[in-house]
Amino acid sequence: MSANQDDANLLEVRGLTKTFGTLTACDHIDLNVAKGEIHALLGENGAGKSTLVKMLFGTLEPNSGEIFWNDQAVTITNPGFAKKLGIGMVFQHFSLFEALTAAENIALSLDDGSPISTIAAKARALSYSYGLPLDPQSLVGDLSVGERQRIEIIRCLLQTPQLIILDEPTSVLTPQEADKLFETLERLRSEGKSILYISHRLEEVKRICDRATVLRHGKVVGHCNPRKETAASLARMMVGNDVQAVVRAPVQGIETAQPLLEIRALSRRPATPFSIPLRNINLTVRAGEVIGIAGVAGNGQGEFFESVSGEVPQQDAASVRIRGKDAGGLSITGRRLMGAAFVPEERLGHGAAPRMKLSENLLLSRHATDGKVFVGAGGMVKSDAIYAAAQRIIKAMDVRKSALDPEAAALSGGNLQKFIVGRELDRRPSVMVVNQPTWGVDAGAAAHIRQTLIELARSGSAVLVISQDLDELFEISDAIAVMHNGELSKPLPIAEATFEKIGLLMGGAEPGHAEHALETS
Amino acid sequence: MMRLELVKRPQRSMLFSALSPFIAFVLTIIAGAILFALLGVNPLKAFQIYFLEPISQVWQLHELAIKAAPLILIGVGLSVCYRANIWNIGAEGQFILGGIVGSSIPVLFPQFEGPLVLPLMLLFGMVGGAAYAAIPALLKARFNTNEILTSLMLVYVAQLFLDWLVRGPWRDPKGFNFPQTIQFNDSAILPELMPASGRANWGFVFALVAAVLVWILMSRMLKGFEVRVLGSSPRAGRFAGFGINRMVFFAFMLSGALAGLAGISEVSGAIGQLQPVISPGYGFAAIIVAFLGRLNPLGIVAAGLVLALTYLGGEAVQSALGISDKVARVFQGMLLFFVLGCDTLIHYRIRLIGFAAPKLESAPKLEEAR
Repeated sequence: MSANQDDANLLEVRGLTKTFGTLTACDHIDLNVAKGEIHALLGENGAGKSTLVKMLFGTLEPNSGEIFWNDQAVTITNPGFAKKLGIGMVFQHFSLFEALTAAENIALSLDDGSPISTIAAKARALSYSYGLPLDPQSLVGDLSVGERQRIEIIRCLLQTPQLIILDEPTSVLTPQEADKLFETLERLRSEGKSILYISHRLEEVKRICDRATVLRHGKVVGHCNPRKETAASLARMMVGNDVQAVVRAPVQGIETAQPLLEIRALSRRPATPFSIPLRNINLTVRAGEVIGIAGVAGNGQGEFFESVSGEVPQQDAASVRIRGKDAGGLSITGRRLMGAAFVPEERLGHGAAPRMKLSENLLLSRHATDGKVFVGAGGMVKSDAIYAAAQRIIKAMDVRKSALDPEAAALSGGNLQKFIVGRELDRRPSVMVVNQPTWGVDAGAAAHIRQTLIELARSGSAVLVISQDLDELFEISDAIAVMHNGELSKPLPIAEATFEKIGLLMGGAEPGHAEHALETS
Repeated sequence: MMRLELVKRPQRSMLFSALSPFIAFVLTIIAGAILFALLGVNPLKAFQIYFLEPISQVWQLHELAIKAAPLILIGVGLSVCYRANIWNIGAEGQFILGGIVGSSIPVLFPQFEGPLVLPLMLLFGMVGGAAYAAIPALLKARFNTNEILTSLMLVYVAQLFLDWLVRGPWRDPKGFNFPQTIQFNDSAILPELMPASGRANWGFVFALVAAVLVWILMSRMLKGFEVRVLGSSPRAGRFAGFGINRMVFFAFMLSGALAGLAGISEVSGAIGQLQPVISPGYGFAAIIVAFLGRLNPLGIVAAGLVLALTYLGGEAVQSALGISDKVARVFQGMLLFFVLGCDTLIHYRIRLIGFAAPKLESAPKLEEAR
């Protein structure tokens, strides 16, 4: 395949293939990135985007296929070599040391022995010239997620790459911060640099990308100009069929419905120097409704989830009430037994044990609530019953997997998330608290998960969703509250909420509940 | 200048994971052959004396069972700890305390006889070992101390405590000042299994039963699931509602109880009285047994027999070839070294890296590709 015009190709990939056992993650991928373009890489989770990018960055070795860099065949054996070629990468998950300064973090990755003061000066100059102001002397632990991403970008730019790979860069930004990032990307393009932009946010791709390559099930299904497509047509290419729109029937008379989850003056001191204190949080979730909590990552959502789930119990028993009873002093097991269910943000290592089978991971959260079914006399595990239940959930949630009962780590992120959500839904919980329900999950699976959450609420449960994805919250919530610096705003009914209002609250505009003075610490 | 770097492998080989203990054994044999050759002994002859002669007669198999029983009992208990990512290094001390507390009945009440004596002694032994193991557990749960250090240091406390007991308050008054207690009465002696053919006692049966029970615990029971979850992903364990502190006590006290049972079985079976030294390092060798057996109770039975053979072989080469029986320690050390080495190389590969910083211009060779 050749590029469509006379633009010289910076990167050309021909027939790149990677197999893991029987699974072909990338199947004869062709891709051209021209000089000075922003090229989108679109695809569902598990479509092979990460595998492809890892091969380009030298962390995975392809089974076959060729990579051409400036028309010369290259074998990228390790990330160091990729960097020397001129490929830079900004990962979705940052690799920064919180206890070090921005400049020290940058120096660690440069590996060329120049003194920190020189690096700091260079980083400062570069950051201002690209409109991403950064103080190199600030401690990473004190910085917001958006600022941390700037460090990663500056660190990448200092190596003067010609191709920059960005993996879901806006997933941690407020709408306003994302706008800033787009300006920087356009500036880089005007300087002749190329950008490979991985995202599942179709509106973004339409807005800034010149060309797009769409992957599905490890194969390239099309190249297109995203500006000439609609979000719906792009989604159709990614998923292979129409993504079902999420349907949210309006709720009537919610004010009189029974409150199933009540949070009263919940406060918590920071557990570590880098965690956020919770400040006097009040919230009520009633039977039948979905409440969304928006906010930029790292504003206390994790601490809030731990406190509500009971992984960290409270001293004040009345600070969390489930179905009208005090639950603040109970452990997570005690709260589950009251009818609550929880889905944490991290799938591997928190919501699921990576090296354990799906059936064992079912037991993980349900050994107490379903004790009679899953655990027999004398603490013997009934593996047949658990296996059957796991298969039931796999079927109900359409979890795709390579073996009958694979290890959790063997599933793609979206499929594992479907299983973890399905594991809790299968109990018909009366209170469901979900942190980032569709983070990194493909469009088809995300729509499915969102729809099931709405249906759970409409069948009489209370659903609380913490998410950084505003589109998602607007799609499923009946009201949205915003968490900023450990404080929670009053929920805005969905009819009154707009992106601008929520975005301002996310950025730290006055929280809606300022009248509650701080009662602790 | 070069330096070595370990790089994590994307996939680990199932085949080599299973083969690892065998590869380690072969490597130990090769290194051992070099060792014997350097000592001026024909390696083939030495191996024959070391590995084959000690198990060539039935009574010798009994001796093997006597040595293997404590190794298996302790190793099985330690496997639960290590699966939970809890590092009990003090089984030697728990073994000694089990021996002391269990022996308190025949030593302090020599007139007490009957069928109740032995079960009580075994129970006391388990309680003693478990209680001694509860000390590092408490320190870890309460003060977050490093259990490797505390459990190890308590070994020396236990050794000196035993030494003091048999030289002081518990010394046999009619024992010509030898540092030992009275001989236990007959009802305090662990019976032999088949007295006609050899000395092996019921301790070996305890070891096999413990291995099967712990295997069921770990693979079939909710508690074993809890151990595995907390050991492999503690955060998921907390999400499941499993308490890490409870697990610290459970793992330490279970392994302590089994080590204590091994201790009292050894004292009342193979020795018959308390002496200043009641263990040739069983508590430490059992760490090797646990890893050589892949932390699987049934694998530990096999590994325990192999390690027992290194003890017998050490004695055999000492008497036949005049080589110090410390050679047994060398073999045990090499086995552990090679097992851990194999496991490391299954998870990681080695990369050699030049020490000088690579030059930007010269390093990437575009034309060399493909």
